Amino acid sequence: MTFFTYFGRYLLMIKGMFTKPENYKMYWKEFMHQCNDIGIGSLGIVSIISVFIGAVSAVQTSYQLVSPIIPPETIAQIVRDTVILEFAPTLVCIVLAGVIGSKIASELGNMRVSEQIDALEIMGINTKAYLIMPKIAAALLTIPLLVVISMVLGIWGGRLAGVASGILSADTFDRGLLLNFLPYNVTFALIKSYTFAFIISSIPAYYGYYVKGGALEIGRSSTKSVVVSCVMLLFADYVLTQVLLTH
Amino acid sequence: MIEFKNIKKSFGEKVVLNDVSHIMETGKCNLIIGTSGSGKTVLQKCLVGLFEPDGGEIIYDGTNFTDMDSEHRKLLRQQIGMLFQGSALFDSMTVEQNVMFPLDMFAKMSNSEKQKRVNEVLDRVNLEGANKKFPAEISGGMKKRVGIARAIVLNPKYLFCDEPNSGLDPQTSMVIDKLIHEITKEFNMTTVINTHDMNSVMEIGENILYMFEGQKEWTGNNEEIIFSKSEKLNSFIFASKFLQDAKDMRMLEAKGIIADDRDMDEMLNSGEEIK
Repeated sequence: MTFFTYFGRYLLMIKGMFTKPENYKMYWKEFMHQCNDIGIGSLGIVSIISVFIGAVSAVQTSYQLVSPIIPPETIAQIVRDTVILEFAPTLVCIVLAGVIGSKIASELGNMRVSEQIDALEIMGINTKAYLIMPKIAAALLTIPLLVVISMVLGIWGGRLAGVASGILSADTFDRGLLLNFLPYNVTFALIKSYTFAFIISSIPAYYGYYVKGGALEIGRSSTKSVVVSCVMLLFADYVLTQVLLTH
Repeated sequence: MIEFKNIKKSFGEKVVLNDVSHIMETGKCNLIIGTSGSGKTVLQKCLVGLFEPDGGEIIYDGTNFTDMDSEHRKLLRQQIGMLFQGSALFDSMTVEQNVMFPLDMFAKMSNSEKQKRVNEVLDRVNLEGANKKFPAEISGGMKKRVGIARAIVLNPKYLFCDEPNSGLDPQTSMVIDKLIHEITKEFNMTTVINTHDMNSVMEIGENILYMFEGQKEWTGNNEEIIFSKSEKLNSFIFASKFLQDAKDMRMLEAKGIIADDRDMDEMLNSGEEIK
Protein backbone atom coordinates (compact mmCIF):
# COMPACT_ATOMS: atom_id res chain seq x y z
CA MET A 1 0.00 0.00 0.00
CA THR A 2 1.20 3.47 -0.76
CA PHE A 3 1.54 6.38 1.65
CA PHE A 4 -1.64 7.91 0.23
CA THR A 5 -3.63 4.74 0.94
CA TYR A 6 -2.47 4.73 4.56
CA PHE A 7 -3.09 8.45 4.93
CA GLY A 8 -6.53 8.19 3.31
CA ARG A 9 -7.49 5.36 5.64
CA TYR A 10 -6.22 7.40 8.60
CA LEU A 11 -8.40 10.35 7.54
CA LEU A 12 -11.40 8.05 7.09
CA MET A 13 -10.80 6.68 10.57
CA ILE A 14 -10.82 10.22 11.99
CA LYS A 15 -13.98 11.04 10.00
CA GLY A 16 -15.63 7.82 11.19
CA MET A 17 -15.27 8.89 14.84
CA PHE A 18 -17.72 11.74 14.47
CA THR A 19 -21.12 10.07 14.73
CA LYS A 20 -23.91 10.33 17.26
CA PRO A 21 -23.04 8.14 20.25
CA GLU A 22 -25.31 5.16 20.81
CA ASN A 23 -25.36 5.96 24.54
CA TYR A 24 -23.82 9.18 25.92
CA LYS A 25 -23.42 7.73 29.40
CA MET A 26 -21.31 4.82 28.15
CA TYR A 27 -19.14 7.13 26.05
CA TRP A 28 -18.62 9.43 29.02
CA LYS A 29 -17.66 6.44 31.17
CA GLU A 30 -15.12 5.36 28.56
CA PHE A 31 -13.78 8.92 28.28
CA MET A 32 -13.26 9.15 32.04
CA HIS A 33 -11.61 5.74 32.05
CA GLN A 34 -9.19 6.92 29.36
CA CYS A 35 -8.52 10.21 31.19
CA ASN A 36 -7.52 8.13 34.19
CA ASP A 37 -5.34 5.79 32.13
CA ILE A 38 -3.63 8.46 30.06
CA GLY A 39 -3.51 11.35 32.53
CA ILE A 40 -3.16 9.88 36.02
CA GLY A 41 -1.33 6.86 34.67
CA SER A 42 1.42 9.01 33.16
CA LEU A 43 1.74 11.52 35.99
CA GLY A 44 4.55 9.64 37.75
CA ILE A 45 6.88 9.33 34.78
CA VAL A 46 6.15 12.90 33.67
CA SER A 47 6.98 14.23 37.14
CA ILE A 48 10.25 12.32 37.35
CA ILE A 49 11.56 13.30 33.92
CA SER A 50 10.44 16.92 34.36
CA VAL A 51 12.37 17.42 37.60
CA PHE A 52 15.50 15.86 36.11
CA ILE A 53 15.43 17.73 32.80
CA GLY A 54 15.04 20.99 34.71
CA ALA A 55 17.92 20.06 37.00
CA VAL A 56 20.20 19.00 34.14
CA SER A 57 19.29 22.11 32.21
CA ALA A 58 20.32 24.36 35.14
CA VAL A 59 23.64 22.59 35.70
CA GLN A 60 24.55 22.47 32.00
CA THR A 61 23.63 26.13 31.46
CA SER A 62 25.86 27.22 34.32
CA TYR A 63 28.65 24.99 32.92
CA GLN A 64 28.48 26.80 29.58
CA LEU A 65 28.06 30.35 30.93
CA VAL A 66 31.62 30.96 32.01
CA SER A 67 31.75 34.72 31.38
CA PRO A 68 31.59 36.87 34.53
CA ILE A 69 29.74 39.55 32.51
CA ILE A 70 26.63 37.38 32.24
CA PRO A 71 24.53 37.71 35.39
CA PRO A 72 23.57 34.45 37.17
CA GLU A 73 19.84 35.31 36.71
CA THR A 74 20.37 34.35 33.06
CA ILE A 75 20.63 30.69 34.13
CA ALA A 76 17.07 30.85 35.52
CA GLN A 77 15.87 32.59 32.36
CA ILE A 78 17.42 29.91 30.13
CA VAL A 79 16.07 27.09 32.29
CA ARG A 80 12.60 28.69 32.23
CA ASP A 81 12.52 29.23 28.48
CA THR A 82 14.02 25.89 27.45
CA VAL A 83 11.68 24.02 29.78
CA ILE A 84 8.59 25.95 28.65
CA LEU A 85 9.41 26.10 24.95
CA GLU A 86 10.94 22.71 24.32
CA PHE A 87 11.56 20.32 27.17
CA ALA A 88 8.09 20.24 28.71
CA PRO A 89 6.02 19.95 25.53
CA THR A 90 8.38 18.04 23.23
CA LEU A 91 10.43 15.80 25.49
CA VAL A 92 7.47 14.91 27.68
CA CYS A 93 5.34 14.13 24.62
CA ILE A 94 8.08 11.94 23.13
CA VAL A 95 8.13 9.96 26.37
CA LEU A 96 4.32 9.86 26.36
CA ALA A 97 4.36 8.65 22.75
CA GLY A 98 6.15 5.58 24.07
CA VAL A 99 4.04 5.16 27.20
CA ILE A 100 0.58 6.00 25.86
CA GLY A 101 1.16 5.21 22.19
CA SER A 102 2.25 1.64 22.76
CA LYS A 103 -0.62 1.14 25.22
CA ILE A 104 -3.24 2.43 22.77
CA ALA A 105 -1.84 0.45 19.82
CA SER A 106 -1.52 -2.80 21.74
CA GLU A 107 -4.91 -2.46 23.44
CA LEU A 108 -6.75 -1.85 20.15
CA GLY A 109 -4.58 -4.42 18.34
CA ASN A 110 -5.43 -7.05 20.90
CA MET A 111 -9.11 -6.19 20.65
CA ARG A 112 -8.94 -6.48 16.86
CA VAL A 113 -7.10 -9.81 16.86
CA SER A 114 -9.34 -11.36 19.52
CA GLU A 115 -12.45 -10.22 17.57
CA GLN A 116 -13.62 -7.91 20.38
CA ILE A 117 -13.90 -5.06 17.86
CA ASP A 118 -15.99 -7.30 15.59
CA ALA A 119 -18.18 -8.18 18.57
CA LEU A 120 -18.82 -4.48 19.21
CA GLU A 121 -19.57 -3.88 15.52
CA ILE A 122 -22.07 -6.74 15.51
CA MET A 123 -23.81 -5.16 18.50
CA GLY A 124 -24.34 -2.08 16.34
CA ILE A 125 -21.69 0.09 18.00
CA ASN A 126 -19.52 2.45 15.97
CA THR A 127 -16.17 1.15 17.18
CA LYS A 128 -14.21 4.10 15.83
CA ALA A 129 -16.37 6.45 17.87
CA TYR A 130 -16.54 4.28 20.97
CA LEU A 131 -12.94 3.06 21.12
CA ILE A 132 -10.84 5.74 19.43
CA MET A 133 -12.66 9.02 20.07
CA PRO A 134 -12.51 8.79 23.91
CA LYS A 135 -8.78 8.03 23.73
CA ILE A 136 -8.03 11.05 21.53
CA ALA A 137 -10.35 13.31 23.56
CA ALA A 138 -8.75 12.14 26.81
CA ALA A 139 -5.28 12.75 25.38
CA LEU A 140 -6.31 16.25 24.25
CA LEU A 141 -7.56 17.02 27.74
CA THR A 142 -4.87 15.45 29.90
CA ILE A 143 -1.64 15.85 27.92
CA PRO A 144 -1.67 19.70 27.95
CA LEU A 145 -2.31 19.46 31.70
CA LEU A 146 0.64 17.11 32.06
CA VAL A 147 2.75 19.55 30.03
CA VAL A 148 1.80 22.42 32.37
CA ILE A 149 2.70 20.24 35.38
CA SER A 150 5.94 19.36 33.62
CA MET A 151 6.76 23.07 33.12
CA VAL A 152 6.30 23.79 36.83
CA LEU A 153 8.24 20.73 37.96
CA GLY A 154 10.99 21.31 35.39
CA ILE A 155 11.58 24.86 36.60
CA TRP A 156 11.41 23.68 40.20
CA GLY A 157 13.96 20.96 39.40
CA GLY A 158 16.26 23.61 37.89
CA ARG A 159 15.91 25.76 40.99
CA LEU A 160 16.57 22.80 43.24
CA ALA A 161 19.70 21.75 41.35
CA GLY A 162 20.94 25.32 41.01
CA VAL A 163 20.66 25.96 44.73
CA ALA A 164 21.88 22.52 45.81
CA SER A 165 25.02 22.72 43.69
CA GLY A 166 25.75 26.33 44.71
CA ILE A 167 25.38 27.71 41.18
CA LEU A 168 23.00 30.43 42.29
CA SER A 169 20.82 31.31 45.25
CA ALA A 170 17.09 30.71 45.41
CA ASP A 171 16.45 34.47 45.37
CA THR A 172 18.61 34.95 42.28
CA PHE A 173 16.82 32.08 40.53
CA ASP A 174 13.39 33.52 41.40
CA ARG A 175 14.46 36.96 40.20
CA GLY A 176 15.74 35.49 36.95
CA LEU A 177 12.47 33.64 36.41
CA LEU A 178 10.56 36.92 36.27
CA LEU A 179 13.00 38.69 33.94
CA ASN A 180 11.71 39.20 30.35
CA PHE A 181 9.01 36.59 30.77
CA LEU A 182 6.83 36.21 27.65
CA PRO A 183 3.38 34.71 28.37
CA TYR A 184 3.16 33.89 24.65
CA ASN A 185 5.76 31.16 25.22
CA VAL A 186 3.26 29.32 27.41
CA THR A 187 0.58 29.73 24.73
CA PHE A 188 3.03 28.39 22.15
CA ALA A 189 3.85 25.40 24.40
CA LEU A 190 0.15 24.66 24.84
CA ILE A 191 -0.48 24.83 21.07
CA LYS A 192 2.36 22.35 20.65
CA SER A 193 1.04 20.09 23.38
CA TYR A 194 -2.45 19.96 21.82
CA THR A 195 -0.93 19.10 18.43
CA PHE A 196 1.35 16.46 19.95
CA ALA A 197 -1.50 15.00 22.00
CA PHE A 198 -3.49 14.45 18.82
CA ILE A 199 -0.50 12.89 17.06
CA ILE A 200 0.49 10.52 19.86
CA SER A 201 -3.06 9.29 20.38
CA SER A 202 -4.44 9.10 16.83
CA ILE A 203 -1.45 7.45 15.11
CA PRO A 204 -1.17 4.53 17.57
CA ALA A 205 -4.97 4.20 17.45
CA TYR A 206 -4.72 3.84 13.67
CA TYR A 207 -1.97 1.22 13.89
CA GLY A 208 -3.82 -0.74 16.58
CA TYR A 209 -7.26 -0.53 15.00
CA TYR A 210 -6.14 -1.84 11.61
CA VAL A 211 -3.70 -4.49 12.81
CA LYS A 212 -3.92 -7.87 11.07
CA GLY A 213 -2.48 -11.13 12.30
CA GLY A 214 -1.56 -12.21 15.81
CA ALA A 215 0.60 -11.38 18.81
CA LEU A 216 3.69 -10.73 16.71
CA GLU A 217 1.88 -8.20 14.51
CA ILE A 218 0.48 -6.43 17.58
CA GLY A 219 4.04 -5.96 18.86
CA ARG A 220 5.25 -4.78 15.47
CA SER A 221 2.42 -2.32 14.99
CA SER A 222 2.90 -1.01 18.53
CA THR A 223 6.60 -0.34 17.88
CA LYS A 224 5.87 1.15 14.47
CA SER A 225 3.21 3.42 15.91
CA VAL A 226 5.65 4.81 18.49
CA VAL A 227 8.34 5.40 15.85
CA VAL A 228 5.93 7.11 13.42
CA SER A 229 4.39 9.17 16.24
CA CYS A 230 7.84 10.39 17.35
CA VAL A 231 8.87 11.31 13.82
CA MET A 232 5.59 13.10 13.17
CA LEU A 233 5.85 14.84 16.52
CA LEU A 234 9.33 16.18 15.73
CA PHE A 235 8.21 17.23 12.27
CA ALA A 236 5.20 19.05 13.76
CA ASP A 237 7.53 20.61 16.35
CA TYR A 238 9.69 22.08 13.61
CA VAL A 239 6.70 23.31 11.57
CA LEU A 240 5.02 24.93 14.59
CA THR A 241 8.26 26.58 15.70
CA GLN A 242 8.82 27.88 12.19
CA VAL A 243 5.28 29.19 11.89
CA LEU A 244 4.68 30.52 15.39
CA LEU A 245 8.09 31.70 16.58
CA THR A 246 9.59 33.36 13.50
CA HIS A 247 8.55 36.93 12.86
CA MET B 1 -35.41 -15.90 7.83
CA ILE B 2 -32.22 -14.83 6.12
CA GLU B 3 -32.02 -15.24 2.38
CA PHE B 4 -28.86 -14.61 0.42
CA LYS B 5 -28.59 -14.65 -3.34
CA ASN B 6 -25.53 -14.91 -5.56
CA ILE B 7 -23.05 -13.76 -2.95
CA LYS B 8 -19.63 -13.09 -4.40
CA LYS B 9 -16.49 -12.12 -2.54
CA SER B 10 -12.87 -11.96 -3.61
CA PHE B 11 -9.69 -10.86 -1.90
CA GLY B 12 -7.44 -9.62 -4.67
CA GLU B 13 -7.25 -12.37 -7.26
CA LYS B 14 -8.51 -15.03 -4.86
CA VAL B 15 -12.22 -15.78 -5.28
CA VAL B 16 -13.52 -16.84 -1.88
CA LEU B 17 -17.27 -16.89 -2.52
CA ASN B 18 -18.70 -17.58 -5.92
CA ASP B 19 -22.43 -17.15 -6.44
CA VAL B 20 -23.58 -18.63 -3.14
CA SER B 21 -27.34 -18.61 -2.54
CA HIS B 22 -29.35 -20.18 0.27
CA ILE B 23 -32.14 -19.58 2.76
CA MET B 24 -31.52 -19.72 6.51
CA GLU B 25 -34.80 -20.67 8.14
CA THR B 26 -36.40 -19.22 11.27
CA GLY B 27 -36.56 -21.43 14.35
CA LYS B 28 -33.92 -23.78 12.99
CA CYS B 29 -30.22 -24.38 13.46
CA ASN B 30 -28.83 -23.54 10.02
CA LEU B 31 -25.35 -24.96 9.59
CA ILE B 32 -22.66 -23.82 7.17
CA ILE B 33 -20.12 -26.60 6.89
CA GLY B 34 -17.01 -27.08 4.81
CA THR B 35 -13.29 -27.63 5.01
CA SER B 36 -10.97 -24.91 6.24
CA GLY B 37 -10.69 -22.28 3.51
CA SER B 38 -14.00 -23.20 1.89
CA GLY B 39 -15.37 -19.72 2.55
CA LYS B 40 -17.81 -20.38 5.38
CA THR B 41 -16.37 -17.77 7.77
CA VAL B 42 -16.23 -15.19 4.97
CA LEU B 43 -19.84 -16.00 4.11
CA GLN B 44 -20.91 -15.54 7.72
CA LYS B 45 -18.98 -12.26 7.97
CA CYS B 46 -20.71 -11.08 4.79
CA LEU B 47 -24.08 -12.00 6.30
CA VAL B 48 -23.49 -9.87 9.41
CA GLY B 49 -21.86 -7.04 7.47
CA LEU B 50 -18.29 -7.40 8.73
CA PHE B 51 -17.30 -7.91 5.08
CA GLU B 52 -18.99 -6.23 2.14
CA PRO B 53 -19.83 -8.77 -0.57
CA ASP B 54 -18.67 -7.87 -4.08
CA GLY B 55 -22.04 -8.92 -5.45
CA GLY B 56 -25.37 -10.44 -4.49
CA GLU B 57 -28.10 -9.67 -1.97
CA ILE B 58 -28.65 -10.47 1.69
CA ILE B 59 -32.25 -10.22 2.86
CA TYR B 60 -33.26 -10.29 6.53
CA ASP B 61 -36.99 -11.06 6.75
CA GLY B 62 -37.74 -9.14 3.56
CA THR B 63 -35.36 -6.25 4.31
CA ASN B 64 -32.41 -5.91 1.97
CA PHE B 65 -29.32 -5.70 4.16
CA THR B 66 -26.90 -5.03 1.30
CA ASP B 67 -28.68 -1.80 0.31
CA MET B 68 -29.00 -0.44 3.85
CA ASP B 69 -27.16 2.68 5.00
CA SER B 70 -24.98 2.45 8.08
CA GLU B 71 -27.62 3.87 10.46
CA HIS B 72 -30.23 1.28 9.44
CA ARG B 73 -27.61 -1.43 9.62
CA LYS B 74 -26.79 -0.39 13.16
CA LEU B 75 -30.46 -0.75 14.08
CA LEU B 76 -30.71 -4.18 12.45
CA ARG B 77 -27.53 -5.29 14.16
CA GLN B 78 -29.18 -4.75 17.51
CA GLN B 79 -31.34 -7.73 16.55
CA ILE B 80 -28.27 -9.84 15.82
CA GLY B 81 -26.33 -11.80 18.40
CA MET B 82 -23.03 -13.42 17.60
CA LEU B 83 -20.90 -16.01 19.29
CA PHE B 84 -17.30 -15.78 18.09
CA GLN B 85 -14.83 -18.60 17.69
CA GLY B 86 -12.64 -17.28 20.50
CA SER B 87 -15.69 -15.99 22.41
CA ALA B 88 -14.44 -12.36 22.02
CA LEU B 89 -15.21 -11.50 25.63
CA PHE B 90 -13.96 -8.16 26.94
CA ASP B 91 -10.93 -9.12 29.04
CA SER B 92 -11.15 -6.20 31.44
CA MET B 93 -14.78 -6.90 32.35
CA THR B 94 -16.26 -9.57 34.57
CA VAL B 95 -18.69 -12.16 33.22
CA GLU B 96 -21.58 -10.06 34.50
CA GLN B 97 -20.24 -6.84 32.96
CA ASN B 98 -19.69 -8.63 29.64
CA VAL B 99 -23.30 -9.77 29.53
CA MET B 100 -24.58 -6.43 30.79
CA PHE B 101 -22.65 -4.43 28.19
CA PRO B 102 -25.28 -4.63 25.38
CA LEU B 103 -27.98 -3.72 27.91
CA ASP B 104 -25.96 -0.74 29.18
CA MET B 105 -25.46 0.41 25.61
CA PHE B 106 -28.95 -0.09 24.18
CA ALA B 107 -31.60 -1.03 26.74
CA LYS B 108 -33.73 1.57 28.45
CA MET B 109 -33.95 -0.30 31.73
CA SER B 110 -33.26 0.49 35.34
CA ASN B 111 -30.14 -1.01 36.92
CA SER B 112 -32.18 -3.55 38.85
CA GLU B 113 -34.00 -4.64 35.68
CA LYS B 114 -30.67 -5.02 33.88
CA GLN B 115 -29.26 -7.05 36.75
CA LYS B 116 -32.36 -9.27 36.70
CA ARG B 117 -32.03 -9.84 32.95
CA VAL B 118 -28.32 -10.66 33.26
CA ASN B 119 -29.03 -13.19 35.99
CA GLU B 120 -31.80 -14.70 33.86
CA VAL B 121 -29.57 -15.28 30.84
CA LEU B 122 -26.66 -16.50 32.95
CA ASP B 123 -29.03 -18.98 34.58
CA ARG B 124 -30.26 -19.97 31.12
CA VAL B 125 -26.75 -20.89 30.03
CA ASN B 126 -26.10 -22.62 33.37
CA LEU B 127 -23.59 -20.10 34.63
CA GLU B 128 -25.03 -19.22 38.00
CA GLY B 129 -22.39 -17.98 40.42
CA ALA B 130 -19.83 -16.99 37.78
CA ASN B 131 -20.94 -13.34 37.69
CA LYS B 132 -17.88 -11.82 39.29
CA LYS B 133 -15.25 -13.91 37.50
CA PHE B 134 -13.06 -12.50 34.74
CA PRO B 135 -12.75 -14.28 31.36
CA ALA B 136 -9.20 -15.34 32.23
CA GLU B 137 -10.53 -17.21 35.26
CA ILE B 138 -13.06 -19.43 33.46
CA SER B 139 -12.80 -22.47 31.17
CA GLY B 140 -13.23 -22.48 27.38
CA GLY B 141 -16.71 -24.01 27.65
CA MET B 142 -17.76 -21.37 30.18
CA LYS B 143 -16.41 -18.62 27.91
CA LYS B 144 -18.58 -19.95 25.10
CA ARG B 145 -21.59 -19.91 27.39
CA VAL B 146 -20.84 -16.33 28.46
CA GLY B 147 -20.56 -15.50 24.74
CA ILE B 148 -23.98 -17.07 24.17
CA ALA B 149 -25.44 -15.21 27.16
CA ARG B 150 -24.10 -11.90 25.82
CA ALA B 151 -25.42 -12.71 22.34
CA ILE B 152 -28.96 -13.42 23.54
CA VAL B 153 -29.29 -10.82 26.29
CA LEU B 154 -31.08 -8.35 23.98
CA ASN B 155 -33.45 -11.06 22.69
CA PRO B 156 -32.07 -11.08 19.15
CA LYS B 157 -33.98 -12.44 16.17
CA TYR B 158 -30.82 -13.77 14.57
CA LEU B 159 -28.00 -15.69 16.21
CA PHE B 160 -24.68 -16.32 14.46
CA CYS B 161 -22.16 -18.77 15.86
CA ASP B 162 -18.68 -19.08 14.41
CA GLU B 163 -17.33 -22.53 15.21
CA PRO B 164 -18.92 -22.75 18.65
CA ASN B 165 -17.20 -26.06 19.40
CA SER B 166 -13.65 -25.16 18.49
CA GLY B 167 -11.22 -26.01 21.24
CA LEU B 168 -13.81 -27.84 23.33
CA ASP B 169 -13.90 -31.47 24.39
CA PRO B 170 -16.67 -33.64 22.85
CA GLN B 171 -18.81 -33.59 25.99
CA THR B 172 -18.69 -29.80 26.38
CA SER B 173 -19.28 -29.46 22.62
CA MET B 174 -22.50 -31.42 23.02
CA VAL B 175 -23.59 -29.19 25.90
CA ILE B 176 -22.98 -26.09 23.77
CA ASP B 177 -24.80 -27.61 20.76
CA LYS B 178 -27.75 -28.57 22.93
CA LEU B 179 -27.86 -25.11 24.45
CA ILE B 180 -27.80 -23.38 21.05
CA HIS B 181 -30.50 -25.73 19.77
CA GLU B 182 -32.72 -25.15 22.81
CA ILE B 183 -32.29 -21.38 22.66
CA THR B 184 -33.11 -21.35 18.95
CA LYS B 185 -36.39 -23.14 19.60
CA GLU B 186 -37.20 -21.21 22.77
CA PHE B 187 -36.78 -17.76 21.22
CA ASN B 188 -37.70 -18.80 17.64
CA MET B 189 -34.45 -17.34 16.31
CA THR B 190 -32.79 -17.78 12.96
CA THR B 191 -29.54 -19.40 14.03
CA VAL B 192 -26.60 -19.67 11.65
CA ILE B 193 -23.72 -21.86 12.77
CA ASN B 194 -20.35 -22.28 11.10
CA THR B 195 -18.87 -25.59 12.00
CA HIS B 196 -16.83 -28.54 10.91
CA ASP B 197 -17.77 -30.57 13.95
CA MET B 198 -19.47 -33.76 12.79
CA ASN B 199 -21.33 -34.22 16.05
CA SER B 200 -22.98 -30.84 15.56
CA VAL B 201 -23.89 -31.70 11.99
CA MET B 202 -25.56 -34.93 13.04
CA GLU B 203 -27.18 -33.61 16.22
CA ILE B 204 -28.48 -30.14 15.36
CA GLY B 205 -28.14 -29.82 11.57
CA GLU B 206 -31.70 -28.98 10.58
CA ASN B 207 -30.70 -27.02 7.50
CA ILE B 208 -27.19 -27.61 6.24
CA LEU B 209 -25.24 -25.77 3.57
CA TYR B 210 -22.07 -27.51 2.50
CA MET B 211 -19.48 -25.22 0.93
CA PHE B 212 -16.66 -26.39 -1.28
CA GLU B 213 -14.04 -23.98 -2.64
CA GLY B 214 -16.34 -20.99 -2.28
CA GLN B 215 -19.39 -22.59 -3.85
CA LYS B 216 -22.57 -24.19 -2.61
CA GLU B 217 -22.01 -27.91 -3.03
CA TRP B 218 -24.90 -29.49 -1.18
CA THR B 219 -27.89 -28.57 1.00
CA GLY B 220 -30.12 -30.71 3.16
CA ASN B 221 -30.55 -31.78 6.77
CA ASN B 222 -28.90 -34.23 9.16
CA GLU B 223 -31.10 -37.11 8.00
CA GLU B 224 -30.55 -36.49 4.30
CA ILE B 225 -26.79 -36.11 4.74
CA ILE B 226 -26.48 -39.83 5.53
CA PHE B 227 -27.82 -40.73 2.09
CA SER B 228 -26.03 -37.99 0.20
CA LYS B 229 -24.40 -39.11 -3.04
CA SER B 230 -22.05 -36.12 -3.15
CA GLU B 231 -18.54 -37.53 -3.11
CA LYS B 232 -17.04 -34.27 -1.92
CA LEU B 233 -19.48 -34.09 0.97
CA ASN B 234 -18.99 -37.73 1.93
CA SER B 235 -15.21 -37.45 1.88
CA PHE B 236 -15.50 -34.35 4.09
CA ILE B 237 -18.13 -35.55 6.56
CA PHE B 238 -17.19 -39.20 6.79
CA ALA B 239 -13.47 -38.72 6.47
CA SER B 240 -12.33 -41.50 8.80
CA LYS B 241 -13.09 -45.22 8.86
CA PHE B 242 -14.81 -44.72 12.20
CA LEU B 243 -17.13 -42.11 10.75
CA GLN B 244 -17.79 -44.28 7.69
CA ASP B 245 -18.87 -47.07 10.05
CA ALA B 246 -21.06 -44.66 11.98
CA LYS B 247 -22.66 -43.59 8.71
CA ASP B 248 -23.30 -47.24 7.77
CA MET B 249 -24.95 -47.85 11.14
CA ARG B 250 -27.09 -44.75 10.74
CA MET B 251 -28.15 -45.93 7.28
CA LEU B 252 -29.10 -49.32 8.65
CA GLU B 253 -31.08 -47.64 11.40
CA ALA B 254 -32.82 -45.37 8.94
CA LYS B 255 -33.76 -48.34 6.74
CA GLY B 256 -35.06 -50.19 9.80
CA ILE B 257 -32.56 -53.04 9.38
CA ILE B 258 -31.26 -52.55 12.90
CA ALA B 259 -33.08 -50.90 15.78
CA ASP B 260 -31.92 -47.43 16.74
CA ASP B 261 -32.35 -48.33 20.43
CA ARG B 262 -30.39 -51.54 20.10
CA ASP B 263 -28.41 -52.92 23.02
CA MET B 264 -24.99 -53.76 21.61
CA ASP B 265 -23.95 -55.75 24.69
CA GLU B 266 -27.03 -57.93 24.32
CA MET B 267 -26.42 -58.40 20.59
CA LEU B 268 -22.78 -59.33 21.14
CA ASN B 269 -23.57 -61.75 23.94
CA SER B 270 -26.56 -63.37 22.24
CA GLY B 271 -24.36 -65.51 20.05
CA GLU B 272 -26.13 -64.31 16.91
CA GLU B 273 -23.92 -63.89 13.92
CA ILE B 274 -23.26 -60.25 13.22
CA LYS B 275 -22.61 -59.58 9.57
